Amino acid sequence: MNATSRRRGSGWRTLGWLVLALAVLLLLAVLGSRLVPVGGNPQAQAPLPASPELIEQGAYVARLGDCAACHTAPGGRPFAGGLAIASPVGAIYSTNITPDRDTGIGAYTYGEFERAVRRGVDRHGRSLYPAMPYPAFSRISDADLAALYAYLMHGVAPVAQPDRASGIPWPLSMRWPLAYWRALFAPRAPASVPAPGGADPVLARGAYLVEGLGHCGACHTPRAITLQEKALDARGGPLYLSGGSIDNWVAPSLRGEAASGLGGVGEDELVELLKTGRNGRSAIFGSMVDAVEHSTQYFTDADLHAVARYLKSLPPRREEAAPAYDAAVAKALHAGDASAAGARLYLDNCAACHRSDGRGYAQVYPALAGNPAVNGGNPASLIRLVLGGGAMPGTEGGPTQFAMPPFGARLSDQDVAQVLSFVRSSWGNRGDAVAAAQVHELRGKLPEPRAAMTGYDPRAH
Amino acid sequence: MKRMPPVDAVIVGFGWTGAIMGMELAEAGLKVLALERGEYRDTSPDFSYPGIVDELAYGIRGMLFQPLARETVTIRHGVNETAVPYRQYGSFLFGNNVGGAGVHWNGQHYRPSPEDLEFASHVRQRYGAKFTPPDMQIQDYGVGYAELEPYLEKFEYLCGTSGRAGNLGGRIQEGGNPFEGPRARDYPNPPMADTYGAQLFADAARERGLHPFPQPSSNASRPYTNPLGVRLGPCNFCGFCERFGCYMYSKAAPQTTILPVLMRRPNFQLRTRSHVLKVNLDAGGRRATGVTYVDAQGEQVEQPAELVIVAAFQMHNVRLMLLSGIGKPYDPASGTGVIGRNYAYQMMSSIAAFYDPDTAINPFIGAGAGGTQIVDDFNSDHFDHGPHGFVGGAYLFGGQTGGRPIQQLAVPPGTPAWGAAWKRAAKQSYLHTTFVGTHGSVMAYRDRYLDLDPTYRDAFGQPLLRITFDWHDNEYRMTRFVTDRAQEVVDAMKPRQSSQTVRQPGDHYDIRQYQTTHTTGGVIMGSDPSTSALNRYLQSWDVPNVFVTGASAFPQNLGYNPTGLIGGLTYWAARAIRETYLKHPGPLVQA
Repeated sequence: MNATSRRRGSGWRTLGWLVLALAVLLLLAVLGSRLVPVGGNPQAQAPLPASPELIEQGAYVARLGDCAACHTAPGGRPFAGGLAIASPVGAIYSTNITPDRDTGIGAYTYGEFERAVRRGVDRHGRSLYPAMPYPAFSRISDADLAALYAYLMHGVAPVAQPDRASGIPWPLSMRWPLAYWRALFAPRAPASVPAPGGADPVLARGAYLVEGLGHCGACHTPRAITLQEKALDARGGPLYLSGGSIDNWVAPSLRGEAASGLGGVGEDELVELLKTGRNGRSAIFGSMVDAVEHSTQYFTDADLHAVARYLKSLPPRREEAAPAYDAAVAKALHAGDASAAGARLYLDNCAACHRSDGRGYAQVYPALAGNPAVNGGNPASLIRLVLGGGAMPGTEGGPTQFAMPPFGARLSDQDVAQVLSFVRSSWGNRGDAVAAAQVHELRGKLPEPRAAMTGYDPRAH
Repeated sequence: MKRMPPVDAVIVGFGWTGAIMGMELAEAGLKVLALERGEYRDTSPDFSYPGIVDELAYGIRGMLFQPLARETVTIRHGVNETAVPYRQYGSFLFGNNVGGAGVHWNGQHYRPSPEDLEFASHVRQRYGAKFTPPDMQIQDYGVGYAELEPYLEKFEYLCGTSGRAGNLGGRIQEGGNPFEGPRARDYPNPPMADTYGAQLFADAARERGLHPFPQPSSNASRPYTNPLGVRLGPCNFCGFCERFGCYMYSKAAPQTTILPVLMRRPNFQLRTRSHVLKVNLDAGGRRATGVTYVDAQGEQVEQPAELVIVAAFQMHNVRLMLLSGIGKPYDPASGTGVIGRNYAYQMMSSIAAFYDPDTAINPFIGAGAGGTQIVDDFNSDHFDHGPHGFVGGAYLFGGQTGGRPIQQLAVPPGTPAWGAAWKRAAKQSYLHTTFVGTHGSVMAYRDRYLDLDPTYRDAFGQPLLRITFDWHDNEYRMTRFVTDRAQEVVDAMKPRQSSQTVRQPGDHYDIRQYQTTHTTGGVIMGSDPSTSALNRYLQSWDVPNVFVTGASAFPQNLGYNPTGLIGGLTYWAARAIRETYLKHPGPLVQA
């Protein structure tokens, strides 16, 4: 056999494997769409008539679930979709969930709506991208879902705006593999979900809000390589809400770690933070700004307390010593001693607001001393804040959006590493040193730093 | 011409008074539109650190100011001279963009003395009708201190003013201004800490039997939440106030006190890059129908409105009234007419005190208002003017608002203006020099007024405003008297050397030298329609659905910074609109 025929034989074999693989894929695709169970009843009608009270209740449910966060694009009409959501394989775009019959969800029966929200399948049987947090939403009670349906169908203005096709290239754009993802990773919602209850109704309500509508785990729980959250509720183990990341921000642990979690944060402090976007020691920044502006500031006080109490019930994943304030650095800086590495940079760039004692000003400039965001293992959020700045959310209880300027154009990678290492090791903080290489890597991923605009700035859109 | 849907109230200019009126009228449920000819500006991104701390860009080139190439004023010293345009910033600074001069002010936040508001009556009563020269046209405001007090307070609580009360309900308070009118409540925040220069001044003043107190400061001394829920951060004495926006959210401005709430109200709208050409009147000329403006595309737009608030800077208010034909223009020959009447300015003097190197003034520690000490013993009618032959006065101030290298660096007299010797002196003096100054009143006179220039026009082809102004003897005497008192304090401060800048009799008003941006008058308030353009509620006597806010309403200039009174008068007028006018639109005072 000469070389040519060997090659030809090899080509035939490859083709054979390809045909076989395609056949298997085709089978999987057919099976996936037909046989992976969905549940629910697409023919089901709304259990309750859309009374004004129900619509209003549904508006609140939409706030709890922060539907607008994804389904309203900046400057766009409410719930008309079109927001780009980055995925590892390309951008996908949120859909129109206004009651427009042709381009929105106006044609959805209640049963089809239920399947989309709790089961991740649209009315054509296609699986939704898990950017839609249906694993969490599978916990939404029948009552809340009926209210949400009433609100979206009758309380929202229909907008004719076709959904935008995803930017994911074929073959990755094929949706059928998502059916297997769903089967493997999403809990299957029962036919009927009662309202939460139990021996401690506040804790039960908190669990319902955090694990369900609030879908906090979407950012705050680490994800596996296959992108599912590693735990979906408190029973799923200590990885639940133990910290994740989104958009180059660290979503910190919401468990009871003493230094890097909520161990040192009181229930009332947490309530104030979620309601107004700031409190006596801390402030909301990064991706959480939208969540507070559009969602948590509208929670009732009872719901905020339920959320806070539930979070405070989660034991730490790691044992950490509680940070204790150390006055040595403040004393040195007061005395004019800026000889420590990074101290001079801190005085020149940070101390006006955060002060030489690292305590900031209550309700205005966050404290760095003892701040869980400063003491976390991953410094990405701190680097990002220093390079790009940020602004607090604007809320009813805290309308001023105090902004931190971007220092990216002013400080080198080495400067940023040095000043953050100083911050993470001063006033009792115990974060690891930051390396210039970490700053360099993140700087390359971030957009050009620009000082933040307020939400009401007419130039913003 | 494009015609926009009508609104309940249109506000011309979106600085301090436009923002206050916008908030008040929006709270009353009106559909409110504010028109601002400049750009939108906010703490972030526009005043963000470190970009804003650029003296060349903001202090010298005036990035926050109105571009004079598009519109300015003309100036002459007397009625027989030809006026020429003010082409480069000197004497006063026109704010531009959202926030107006409320962005680049220092935050020196005063109330008038009670007698200032009834100045003509008070002077006549105490010194007799012959005490003042016949061409001096001083008048009463038509509103008294007691009536106005709650509104002065309201503005202070909006701003988070830091200070120490000197008179609480008639009881004089140690460490405050004993000459001030009674306050119902203390300042919302305690005073800022004193700079070292201010301490030296206060100690010397006290030694001389005077009554120093911390300057009332709308630079917040601590975190503060105002009654609207808007928050300010504490001032860090960075020394970049006047001519700059505040990156610390510490200086009260519309941005740091009102806009976070007002801009989110659905019944309020702001249109920037909208230059108002005139207030439109109906055929009878007794009712405004709205305004005409030029939009960002250069197109003329008609904006109908039920109520027109003219809330631009003092000069611009006067000009808009003249261009719109509301009220009779003032004629200096006959002394009749009201629009343009009683233009006044202020008279400053200053003394630089140079110390040896062992006295560390550290001028880079400074704030626009806080950290300065004040002596009010020689202001208003706080002393017997009988022997001195003038009316009015000045407060003395000691300390520094910053140590910016270009505009705040003094060298001892006799130093060359450039070169190695100047550099040496600058280096030796910088850390060891402080300032004492006087901030004085200017009276109104028959021949000092504003009208439309016959020659020069703006970028839209409309005539510029013409200023006819020069000093009178009363002011030369006033400034000599108060500067002598200031020099006595400086001498008691025991500097190595001092140098005085004071206007001498015969010196003309020089528009190239910065003094204050406190220009006043031209659309003044009062109780007689033949001598005032507005009634006591800032309502036009001639066109009752037009209200005019700002220092254009002051009948003459006081020795204080005007912003506190401007804010108080605006709240006072807003209350009258909300509680009376909106129920029965029409004149609030019968002429």
